Amino acid sequence: MAIALKESEDFYLKDFREFEDRQAATAPAWLSKLRSEGMQAFAELGFPTTKLEDWKYCNVSPVAGVRFVPAPYELTDKIRKQVKELPFAGLDCTRMVFVNGHYAEELSSVRDLPEGARITNMARALTQEGAVTAHLGRYAKHRRHPFVALNTAFVEDGAFIELPKGVAIEKPIGIIYVSAGGTEPWVAHPRNLVIAAQGSQATVVETYLGIDGGVYFNNAVTEIVAEENAHIDYVKFQDESESAFHVATMLAYAARNAAAVTNSIQLGARLGREEVTTVLDGEGAEAYLYGLYVTNGRQLLDNHTAIDHAQPHCSSREFYKGILDGKSTAVFNGKILVRKDAQKTDSKQSDKNLLLSEDATINTKPQLEIFADDVKCTHGATIGQIDPESIFYLRARGIGLEEARKLLIEAFASEIVDHVKFEPLRKQLKSALLAKMRS
Amino acid sequence: MLLEIKNLHANVGNTEILKGIDLKVGLGEVHAIMGPNGSGKSTLAQVLAGRDVYKVTEGEVLYGGKDLLELDPEFRAREGIFLAFQYPVEIPGVNNTYFLRAALNAARKHRGEEELDAMDFLTHIREKIKLLEMDETLMNRPVNEGFSGGEKKRNEILQMAVLEPKLAIMDETDSGLDIDALRIVASGVNSLRGKERSIIVVTHYQRLLNYIVPDFVHVLSNGRIVKSGSKELALELEEKGYSWLDETVPVSERA
Repeated sequence: MAIALKESEDFYLKDFREFEDRQAATAPAWLSKLRSEGMQAFAELGFPTTKLEDWKYCNVSPVAGVRFVPAPYELTDKIRKQVKELPFAGLDCTRMVFVNGHYAEELSSVRDLPEGARITNMARALTQEGAVTAHLGRYAKHRRHPFVALNTAFVEDGAFIELPKGVAIEKPIGIIYVSAGGTEPWVAHPRNLVIAAQGSQATVVETYLGIDGGVYFNNAVTEIVAEENAHIDYVKFQDESESAFHVATMLAYAARNAAAVTNSIQLGARLGREEVTTVLDGEGAEAYLYGLYVTNGRQLLDNHTAIDHAQPHCSSREFYKGILDGKSTAVFNGKILVRKDAQKTDSKQSDKNLLLSEDATINTKPQLEIFADDVKCTHGATIGQIDPESIFYLRARGIGLEEARKLLIEAFASEIVDHVKFEPLRKQLKSALLAKMRS
Repeated sequence: MLLEIKNLHANVGNTEILKGIDLKVGLGEVHAIMGPNGSGKSTLAQVLAGRDVYKVTEGEVLYGGKDLLELDPEFRAREGIFLAFQYPVEIPGVNNTYFLRAALNAARKHRGEEELDAMDFLTHIREKIKLLEMDETLMNRPVNEGFSGGEKKRNEILQMAVLEPKLAIMDETDSGLDIDALRIVASGVNSLRGKERSIIVVTHYQRLLNYIVPDFVHVLSNGRIVKSGSKELALELEEKGYSWLDETVPVSERA
């Protein structure tokens, strides 16, 4: 492989060679090939610059400039203790816990699975024949996306969920990435794959929590496949440490009459970029994309979404909200593509922002590309401050100014979490969100 | 005397809206303030509640003998002042029951009383909801969001019933109500009349005063009270119309 990289990217290649050597004995041929393709693609693409339209407001040079080491696996008592106190620990449900990107079996609990369902970590799934081979890398396009390429090169661990036909798992399935900064900056490439066969149903919550300061970088990729008539409710909760980097690329694929619901809540990280792409590839498929970003200090949180209406009679609903304080910056870019054959598409998009500081910046951009002629598409973006009429109304009822402000900000945020269907999870998410916002 | 307003002047921006209001409200009294559009009725109501878009430039307001104007709106509320809004604000995402309990508990805490938990609170409000013939499901919805005009006004009166203010100021509570809603709202207000509570009813029309019969009627015009009298004054106004006031010169400006 002829690869020429910039100096800043060079160590990824060096690390890749070592990684390849380590894996050589156990990796099946298809996997080695996929990883090589990933590395090759990353070498060709390099880190994106702000000259690229998709990265215009997201300068990743702070990520490119750090020499990261592969994430170390250290399971300390402190981590054990913290995991017990996690907001989701109280939910009596299946959960997979990862520490610095590596599966921590002793902290995980996978049980009471319906017949035919498989929930396991990616490292194990990769050594077994089956759905992984057919699906991994089929939706996330490593040839076009440098961070997906990098993730694909180093694909090693993550969560694998496979639901058989007609099975519904009522309780949410938790995927929890706990990250503890170490002495050296580290990088992990979590890779998740969810395959929901015909008529199956589940709620999955993928969580990132930073429990120590320190510089680290989670570069995650999640692929979700909802086959005919399947229903996947996918929650992503990002609360990384304040000096962490978080780049996540999520691809959801919905077949005929399937529904893919994503709910992406971004709170943490110094630089966070989250991409959600949903492809509606069968008549009657539905996409729901909800998102909330809460920024403060000098944070940069970028949300890029794309909905691909590839077939007729599909609908999509997208509601994102941002709350910006301090000198932070946030980005919302929502692309909706309606292909030539996608007649009777019904699509709604909105992005609402609450600016709490004059020094905060929001860049919001809807992007509609419509090639069909019989469609219904609406979109809108708003940027506003806390409504003084509402503040006065609350104060005139005896509620203090600070409390009134908090109540209104929390109310604005809560509306996104309200779309999570499983009630105990919704309550937990809400209280975790509010606790975070109050601190 | 519960409320004493002396020579009150207030501006919005550089425009003077209130041009010297004098008014005394004793405990247990019901006062109606009538006047044409733009006379300053709603401004007076909002100034008393502490709305900061209005700047008081002159005069004073004593509430229970203390300076009211130096208090922030939330402290006025906790001290027993209640403004029923002409346009109740919709607050998406804030549950109506939660809001009302937070309001009541703020006042209880201020008075050194124990705060009510969710269960006790529900028991506390159930009867009042019935009295106002309110749909109970409205309590589980966000504050005023998607409520009809009548539902919003009933929600205001419910808040008043729960908070049990010393001084209630009703700002055009009748506007936009059909006769049935008006009757229900008025009977809610009447049930709250008593020796320990004073009410100021701000209205453009005499109609409401058929249901909430005032002890005193004041007519506001161009930022001043130009006429005061008994409930018969309201009927006289209804008959002659507000243009009758043009011939009426304020007491202070008579030669």
